[in-house]
Amino acid sequence: MDFTFSFTSFFSLLVAFSLAPLFMGVILKVKAFFGGKQGPPWLIKYYTLIKLLRKGSVYSTSTTFIFKLGPIISFVTAFMLLLFFPFAGLPPVLSFHGDVVMLFYLLGLGRFFTVLAALDTASPFEGMGAAREVFFSTLAEATIFVILALFYRLSGSLSFVEYFSGDQVVNLWSQSAALIFLVLIALFIVLLTENSRVPVDDPATHLELTMIHEVMILDHSGPDLALIEMGAFCKMLFYSAFISCLLYPFHTGSVVFNIFIFTIIMTLLYAGIGLVESITARYKMDMVPNFILTSFALVFFAIILTMEFVQ
Amino acid sequence: MDNLLPIQNGQAVSRADIPDLDFTVFQESVLDATRHSGFVVQFFAYEDEQSTLKLIAVIRSGLKIYVAGCSLADEYPSFTPECEKFHMFEREIAEQFGVRPKRHPWLKMVRYHANYRGKEDVFGNDYSQDIPGNYPYFIVEGDAIHEVAVGPVHAGIIEPGHFRFQCAGEKVFSLEIQLGYQHRGAEKLLEQAGQSLHRLPVIAESIAGDTAIGHSLCHSQAIEALAGLEVNEGAKIVRTNALELERIANHIGDLGALSGDVAFNPPFNYFGRIRGEFLNLMLTMAGNRFGKGLVRPGGIAFPVLEEQRKIISDKIADETPGIVNVCDLLFSAHTVLSRFEHTGTVSRANAEKLGLVGYAGRASGLPYDARITYPTEAYDLVEANKNERTVGDVHSRATVRREEITHSLSSISELLAKEIDAESIPVPAVYALAPDSFVVTINEAWRGEVSHCLLTDKDGSILRYKVKDPSFHNWIGLAMSLRNQGISDFPLCNKSFNLSYCGFDL
Repeated sequence: MDFTFSFTSFFSLLVAFSLAPLFMGVILKVKAFFGGKQGPPWLIKYYTLIKLLRKGSVYSTSTTFIFKLGPIISFVTAFMLLLFFPFAGLPPVLSFHGDVVMLFYLLGLGRFFTVLAALDTASPFEGMGAAREVFFSTLAEATIFVILALFYRLSGSLSFVEYFSGDQVVNLWSQSAALIFLVLIALFIVLLTENSRVPVDDPATHLELTMIHEVMILDHSGPDLALIEMGAFCKMLFYSAFISCLLYPFHTGSVVFNIFIFTIIMTLLYAGIGLVESITARYKMDMVPNFILTSFALVFFAIILTMEFVQ
Repeated sequence: MDNLLPIQNGQAVSRADIPDLDFTVFQESVLDATRHSGFVVQFFAYEDEQSTLKLIAVIRSGLKIYVAGCSLADEYPSFTPECEKFHMFEREIAEQFGVRPKRHPWLKMVRYHANYRGKEDVFGNDYSQDIPGNYPYFIVEGDAIHEVAVGPVHAGIIEPGHFRFQCAGEKVFSLEIQLGYQHRGAEKLLEQAGQSLHRLPVIAESIAGDTAIGHSLCHSQAIEALAGLEVNEGAKIVRTNALELERIANHIGDLGALSGDVAFNPPFNYFGRIRGEFLNLMLTMAGNRFGKGLVRPGGIAFPVLEEQRKIISDKIADETPGIVNVCDLLFSAHTVLSRFEHTGTVSRANAEKLGLVGYAGRASGLPYDARITYPTEAYDLVEANKNERTVGDVHSRATVRREEITHSLSSISELLAKEIDAESIPVPAVYALAPDSFVVTINEAWRGEVSHCLLTDKDGSILRYKVKDPSFHNWIGLAMSLRNQGISDFPLCNKSFNLSYCGFDL
């Protein structure tokens, strides 16, 4: 395992982590703009976190330690993703060959404990939400692993560092741009699914029966909820950064310029999510699998194109 | 129908004229009238001066309204197995007077209170105990079935109601709706307040906060009929406009909420603002955003002057293009349409069987609109509305509301253009109700048919005040619309009906 104890690695990680809530504010601002409203302040997510951290947690008497464990594990696993990710092409804190596989299963672990914590409350809503979340993310996982297989064929590696700064980089400016284009669309669909955004889920709704992710965390409060929120920010940051690194070759050029470009692409991506949320309604629940499987079809098509008999 | 007395909407008749039939004749005639073309407007019991229990049925059929009565024993063969329209009415009678309808398919309390006569409770409840009482729910059994209970405390700021779903996975087999958490005893309050008639309108307009004009109009018309008060043309026009403003504000709010429920935010925001504009117009007219204090027996409580009329017509002219545009935005977004279409369908046959009213009925292809069928106030001056989409799904209910908004906007503009005598404040200080009389009033409030029914005793004081909100008919329609639907579509279906909890609970 490579452990880069460099200042820039830690610095980029810290900056990215502390900017994650601000990026979420971009989505809210864009949605407010399309709704003809002023919207909440840019720093709203920071205020929410501070508010939550200052509160106490309330626990139902029917829950066990699993319920308290859920938020911690979901935050820690989401944060661990960031340790391995080369933000703006800067070397990550940790990396090893095959880290991508571990990371996506870490995400799975976080989700597993969120689901357990939801089931621990014995609420019919949370059980329903858990069933939906598990079903939909299973479908999204298929897409992710086809993407990893495709990237292995393109770059011969299974590590984020090598995807974006190795000998054979994968991005929209490389030879396989057409394939990456399909991957980008698929990844965006996975991003919307995994981060419970419209049209898969509605993060703003108060209607328990329609919720997917939100309903699983209804019983969490105070610092626990803050951890869950921070975990969600990390996850969103990870997927957006993944897409950004495919959009622009950060392994070349000056560091300062790359950070500048990276920030702009990230902002545009979050704004794009806000745009999608403003112009589409949610799908009917039974339409969602079709939507997610579209992403699978796209990348599956892409991987077929890399087969020898095609070339 | 020969045994039933034809009456007019809002015209008092002597109680002696109401046919007092033998029970079996009554049941046969009433069932004959309602089994096919007729609908139940009112079906209630009361105790007369000799403490005998009487049953009254008010039936509408085509353009006619009929009434008949009979004496009621402590048990009687239920009407419901023959005609589902009586289902909730019979439960209500059983709860209010401790009368058991035999062979009623789902005899359960409506609002959870002790009966008025001190009889033994039909449902086996002891009301000196706090809830829990005897609350049987319809249960589907099986390994794959799970039960979801929602409410009475909800996530949003809505009224309390309990919803019990029996599901297999995401699919709903059955939904049972239990209300009554807002029971305030409105009918009893109205009967007791009869001593000082000026308290009555205040209670009447509080029956359902979003239908203040609808209920106070029904109430005022009933009192006017019993006290022989005349309402001048100007006041009638103002009252008509108030009812239409209430309709517009609520329909706009609900279209916005429907949009919000499918996470399509722009119309949700725009309609939220526009609804506020119409509430403010009501404020201009009545001094209250929900129109409380405007409609009073005999007319309107204060004049609506040229200046206010101008504000209203200017505002309507200002807002109309915006409303049209936002409606276009909502109804042309294909992701929204894919949520609205074929969701929560109530077939015409079911709607007719259950006797749905208002936009819920019209969306299922029952064209009944009390404004046209039994016009009151200035509605004979207003053209009828037409509905294009009537297949009974969420999209139909949304489209009917959109059409009604447009229709109401043009009706108000037409009525505002008329010369009216605005100076008069014709609310009389003292009046007395006619003795031994009966009156029923029907109005098309925004949700549908609101009806009040009054009976006076020999001194002219109120013997029985019966209130019926359209929600009393339509809640069962919501339950039916969920059959074989995804449970995640429930909030959308619920919002497309948007029924009143307090109007039902009284």
